[in-house]
Amino acid sequence: MSSRLVTRSRLLLWGGCLALALALPLVFKSGFLISLLCQMGIMVVFSLSYNMLLGQTGLLSFGHAVYYGLGAFATMHTLNAIGKDGGPLVVALLPAVGACAGLAGGVLLGYVTTRKAGTTFAMITLGIGELVAACSLMFPGVFGGEGGVSGNRVIGKESFLGFTWGPQVEMYGLIVLWAFVCTVAMFALTQTPLGRMANAVRDNPERAEFVGYDTERVRLLMVILSGMFAGAAGGLTALNYEIVTAETLNAHTSGVVLLMTFVGGIGFFYGPIIGAILITVMQIVIGGMTHAWLLYFGLFFLFMVLKAPGGIASLIAVQRNLWNAGLFGRMLPHYLAMALPVLILLAGLVGLVELTYALLAGEGVGAGDTATKVLGMQLKLGSPAPWVTALAVTGTGLILTRWIGNRAGAAWNAALATLHGDKA
Amino acid sequence: MEFVAISLLNGITYGLLLFMLSSGLTLIFSMMGILNFAHASFYMLGAYFAYQISSWVGFWPGLLVAPLLVGAVGAAVERYGLRRAHRFGHVAELLFTFGLAFVVEEVVHLIWGKVAVDYRIPAELDGTLFTLFDTSFPIYKGFMMLISVGMLVALYALLTRTRIGLIIQAALTKPDMVEALGHNVPRIFMLVFGGGTALAGLAGVIGGNAFVTEPGMAAAVGSIVFVIVVVGGLGSLGGAFVASLLIGCIQTFSVALSISITDVFALAGVSLPAGSQVARLTITQLAPVLPYLLMVAILIFRPRGLMGARES
Repeated sequence: MSSRLVTRSRLLLWGGCLALALALPLVFKSGFLISLLCQMGIMVVFSLSYNMLLGQTGLLSFGHAVYYGLGAFATMHTLNAIGKDGGPLVVALLPAVGACAGLAGGVLLGYVTTRKAGTTFAMITLGIGELVAACSLMFPGVFGGEGGVSGNRVIGKESFLGFTWGPQVEMYGLIVLWAFVCTVAMFALTQTPLGRMANAVRDNPERAEFVGYDTERVRLLMVILSGMFAGAAGGLTALNYEIVTAETLNAHTSGVVLLMTFVGGIGFFYGPIIGAILITVMQIVIGGMTHAWLLYFGLFFLFMVLKAPGGIASLIAVQRNLWNAGLFGRMLPHYLAMALPVLILLAGLVGLVELTYALLAGEGVGAGDTATKVLGMQLKLGSPAPWVTALAVTGTGLILTRWIGNRAGAAWNAALATLHGDKA
Repeated sequence: MEFVAISLLNGITYGLLLFMLSSGLTLIFSMMGILNFAHASFYMLGAYFAYQISSWVGFWPGLLVAPLLVGAVGAAVERYGLRRAHRFGHVAELLFTFGLAFVVEEVVHLIWGKVAVDYRIPAELDGTLFTLFDTSFPIYKGFMMLISVGMLVALYALLTRTRIGLIIQAALTKPDMVEALGHNVPRIFMLVFGGGTALAGLAGVIGGNAFVTEPGMAAAVGSIVFVIVVVGGLGSLGGAFVASLLIGCIQTFSVALSISITDVFALAGVSLPAGSQVARLTITQLAPVLPYLLMVAILIFRPRGLMGARES
C-alpha cells in the first residue's frame, strides 16, 4: 500500500465513483429506481459505519441500529423545531445533527458496552439495543409511538442554488454528497493511527496493551465514531422518508445491517458497499416478487457464513489474484459449467418453497384443490404434478451440482495451490 | 400478602421455565464457547412441534416426542452447520446461529403461518389446583413446576452422578485431555448441543400452551434468556438458576404493580416534579425494560455476573 493518503489513482477512483453516482439518475429515471438508489446510498453509509466495528475493530454488535435511530429521531425533531425559519441550506446540513446524536449516543452507551470485547460485547449490545427499543415505545412523546414522527423536508420560500430538496432526484443528490463525504472520512480514518490501532486491538489485544495502548479506550473511540456515522445515515433516512418510526432503532434493523456488512465482506473497505447495494436490491426487488424472500435471504446468509466467510469482496479479491497470476482463464470454463446446475438447483428449491408457501398460506381458502398462481403459473396444488416436477428439478440440480462441483472444486484447489505456490 | 404469594408462585413458575432455556444455553456456552443465538428458536420449534403432534395424537405423546425431535434437529445443526462454521472462529459461529434464528422464524412463518396457533392446555390439566386466599392456582402451573423441577433434578443427577456426566464435565475444561484419553469429543459436543436444544424444546412444549404459540415467541424470550446468562455470569449454571428466578419474579411482580415512579419516590420520601413523562410512568409500563436495566447495572458494578467465575 502506498504510504501517501492522497495518490493520483486514488483521486481518480474516488472522483470516478462520485461522478458515476451523480450520473446514475440520468440513466435510471423512474421514481422507483431513484428511491431504490436513495435507499442504497443511506445503507452504504450505515453498513460502512458498522464495519468500523466488525471489520476494523473486531467488535460484533447486535445493537448498531440504536445510533442510526437516534440520529434519525434527532434530525426529525430538529427539522420540525426549525419549521418555517429555516431554508434548504439548513436542511442540507441537518444530517450533521443526526451525526452529533449518534456521537452522543456512542459516548453514553459505549462506556457500558466497550468494557469487554468478543462475545460479551455482542451480548451487551444486544441487551442495550433491546433496552433502547423498549424505551422507545414507553415515550410516545419523543418517539411517536406506533405511528412514528413525521415532518416535511421542504421548508422556507427561497431555494438554495436552485435546490429545495422537494423532488426525489434532488434528495438523491444530497444523499450522494453526504454518503461521499462520510465514505471518504471513514476511509481516511482507516489510515490514521487510531484506525491502525483498532486493527491491532482486533488482532491481538494483549500485545496492543503491551505496546502501551489502552484497548478499552480504542474500542470506545471506535464505537463513538462509528455511532457518529450511523447517526448521519439515520439523519439521511429521516430526510429521505420524512417519517421516522421506532422500527429504525430495533433489533431487526441491527440485524439487517449486520447481514449486509457480512455478506459484502468485512475484510475489505469496499465490502460493505457491495453488501449494502446488493441486499437493498434483493430486499426491494425480490421482496416485491415473493413473500418468502426473508427465507431466501436467511438461507443465502447461512450459505455465505459456511462457504465464503470473507463475503463477496473476498471472492472478488481471489478472482483478481487469479487474474493477475494468469490463472483466471483456467477457471472460467469451470465457472460457466457450474452456472447451469446451480441454476437448476435454485429453480427446484425456489419451486418447492413457493409451492409450500402457496399451499399453507392459502389454508383458509379452499385448501389446495383450487388452481393457485405460483410464480406466475396456474397450478393445481392438490395434484402431485407440480410437486413431483419441483422435486425432480431439485434432485437433478443437486446431483449435477455435486458432480460438476467436484471437478470444479479440484480445479479450484489446483489453481489456488499454484497461486500460493508462486507467491512462496 | 395475597398479591405477594400469588405473584411469587407465578414468578417461580416462569423463572423455572426460563431456567430450562438458560441452563441449555449455559451448558452449550461453557462447553463449546458458542453463544447460541438460535436457542430461543428451538424453544419455539418445541412449541410448534408439540402443537402439531397434539393435534394428531394428543398432548402426552407430544410431551415426549417433541423435545426429542427438537434435540435431533439441534444435533443435526451442530453436526452439519456449526462444526463447519467452527473452522472460521467464534464470530462465524455466532453469525451462523444468528442466521439460523432468522431462518427458523421464516420456516415457521412458511409452515404454520404468521398468526398464533391454537395450542391448548390438555383438558386433564385444565382446572384449579388449590385456592390461596381468593385467587385460584391452576393445575397446569403446578404441572409446569413439576416438569421443570423434575428435569433439573435429572440434569443435575446426569451431570454429577453418571459416567457420561463426568466426561462432559471434564470436556468442559480440558477437551484436549479428554480426547487424548480416547473419548470422542466432537460427539460429546454434538450430544451436549442436542441435549441443550432438547431442554429448550421441552420448555417450549410446556410453555407454548401456557403462554401463546406464535412466530414472535422466540424473539420475545430470546433476549431475556441472554440477559439471564449475563446477569447470572457466563458459564455458571448456579448463576443462571438464581438469575432465572430473579428475572421471572421481577417480571411477574412488575407487570402486576400499577404504582407510578412518583409513588415509588414518594415512599422513599422524595417528591418528583409532577407532569414529566418519566414521573408518570407506572411500574407496569416499565416492566419490559427492567431486565435490561438490571443487566446494565450488573455490567457496571459486577461485570462477571452474580456467580460468574471467568471474566470474558
